[in-house]
Amino acid sequence: MAQELLQTTPLAVAPLVALRDTWGETLSELGSLNRNLVVLDGDLANSTRADIFQQAHPDRFFELGIAEQNIVGMAAGLATVGFIPWISTFAAFVAKRALDQIRVVVAQPHLNVKLCGAYSGILTSKTGKTHQSVEDIAVFRAMPGMVTLAPADANELRAAMFAMMEYDGPVYLRVTRDASPVIFPRNHQFRIGKSILLREGSDVGLISTGPQTIRTLIAAELLAADGIAASVLHVPSLKPFDEDAIVEMATRTGCVVTSEDHSIIGGLGGAVAETLGEHFPTPMRRIGIRDTFGESGPNDAILQKYGMTPEHIAAAARDVMALKKG
Amino acid sequence: MPTATELVDPISAFADLRQLSARARGLILQTVHHAGAGHVGGPLSATDLLIHLYFNEMRIDTNRPYWDARDRFILSKGHASIALYVVLAMRGYLPIEELKTFDQIDSRLQGHPDLKALPGLDMSTGSLGQGLSPGVGMALGSRLKDLPFHTWVMLGDGEIQEGQIWEACFAASRLELDNVTAILDFNRLPQFGWPASEGFTRGKPIDDPGAKFRSFGWNVIECNGHDHAEIAGAFATAKRHKGQPTCIVAHTVKGKGVSFMEGDYLWHAKVPDAEHLKRALAELGLSDESGEGAA
Repeated sequence: MAQELLQTTPLAVAPLVALRDTWGETLSELGSLNRNLVVLDGDLANSTRADIFQQAHPDRFFELGIAEQNIVGMAAGLATVGFIPWISTFAAFVAKRALDQIRVVVAQPHLNVKLCGAYSGILTSKTGKTHQSVEDIAVFRAMPGMVTLAPADANELRAAMFAMMEYDGPVYLRVTRDASPVIFPRNHQFRIGKSILLREGSDVGLISTGPQTIRTLIAAELLAADGIAASVLHVPSLKPFDEDAIVEMATRTGCVVTSEDHSIIGGLGGAVAETLGEHFPTPMRRIGIRDTFGESGPNDAILQKYGMTPEHIAAAARDVMALKKG
Repeated sequence: MPTATELVDPISAFADLRQLSARARGLILQTVHHAGAGHVGGPLSATDLLIHLYFNEMRIDTNRPYWDARDRFILSKGHASIALYVVLAMRGYLPIEELKTFDQIDSRLQGHPDLKALPGLDMSTGSLGQGLSPGVGMALGSRLKDLPFHTWVMLGDGEIQEGQIWEACFAASRLELDNVTAILDFNRLPQFGWPASEGFTRGKPIDDPGAKFRSFGWNVIECNGHDHAEIAGAFATAKRHKGQPTCIVAHTVKGKGVSFMEGDYLWHAKVPDAEHLKRALAELGLSDESGEGAA
């Protein structure tokens, strides 16, 4: 069954909003709605923008210093007493520094802890390898019961955070640092486990996650200028994963390109390959970090170096179309 | 809501606790023998402390394992799970008979404690060094919700080599959490450790742990972890102390209660055979049948 197309704001007129600002504002809003929400920070509140929550709810903000393993453990303990802890630090540090803690005291006991990875992906403001997080989707996809989300813009992020509060269990949320065009409507309803069709076309299927979806939409416009009709499927929920929509898209287009600000190993590209390999083998290409450690640099230069620009996505689409059967 | 006096008997003679401890040791050995797997040395060093907590200290109600004002206990040294299971069984959280399922497939008694599997457990543990942080989180939660419970966390002396323990210590003292107590089972013998000059023993994993906890802003009490009178005093003092978390450095003997296991690091996770079991039960003053079915 084909998905319904979501009406989005055209990129040309979409305002730019920084996702981290929206994250801090929404956290503060959620804190006003639920007295059990507490925020645990790893000395990065003015980067992640948890400081917005801190100003509104100082009694429920806990600065626990640069000690991510302890932060995750304390969050687990607080969750058993009925609190809903949200953790504020960088994706690189929560997802990897505290990985075993997340597995042992959050994921396995399925506690209601919200792990927020700010500065997710590869665009981390000229910080380079240590601060980039391009393995987090892979590790959390492999962890039973760990909901893993990567919204594309500020409105989708806000909707995802409301959905996270409704969901009783552990969630890992990717939050990119920089501003993205806001294409989702303000009243967008986020559904964990569901993907969203943003553009319809039968020549090639473009599947993307996080802010890379914006660059994928630009790629679709580049292809359209050449008379190629691309579908764009946005996958903000890496786990649970919307296998039906992936198979449906492959059935309709006969070839797909995945695009993510993450390693092509184990992330969106890996998930799509696993899904199609089992259910509907389809020619595909993967855009993302190709088994290498990232460098520091301006965003444009990073996207260029690692082959993640709209032009790269469009080129991969033309390439994979040549492999279509029939 | 039960009062403290309904839940524990404050005039419980320590002789009773000593008897309970001996019985617990017998059940631990019979269960590990039956399962053909499990740890022995660490569970035996922790037995008196666990018996004392569950029979003479903690405000709990076995009929309401999720009572929100219950005292919490986390076995951070999760590999000593059999000691906790035995004490929970003796206390009435599960049938003694169920100890036979320890370490078997589909059992609630997993090799390392599983919060989701067994009512009465307050945290999943097993990966060492991780139990104190959730305990500190519970203590903070107790303060924020104004729920008057106390959180107890048992640490092994080997696992305090993990850095996360000291992250948790720093957070607890900075938050001035006096409603969490760490009990260090200071048996001086980790699994392999460092060679020492005295034959079958090894070098202790950490020197003067009390000084280290004190330097992180904790109140420190030292006691003999096998003497119920001393344990009672240490627990009472820890709960009375205000403005700081307390660490009880409980001096213990690995393999306590069985002469040929005491102080021998090789009994960390060695399974007693039938002859070992017979000799051990005799030393503990228990008959083969007295363990009530675990063998």
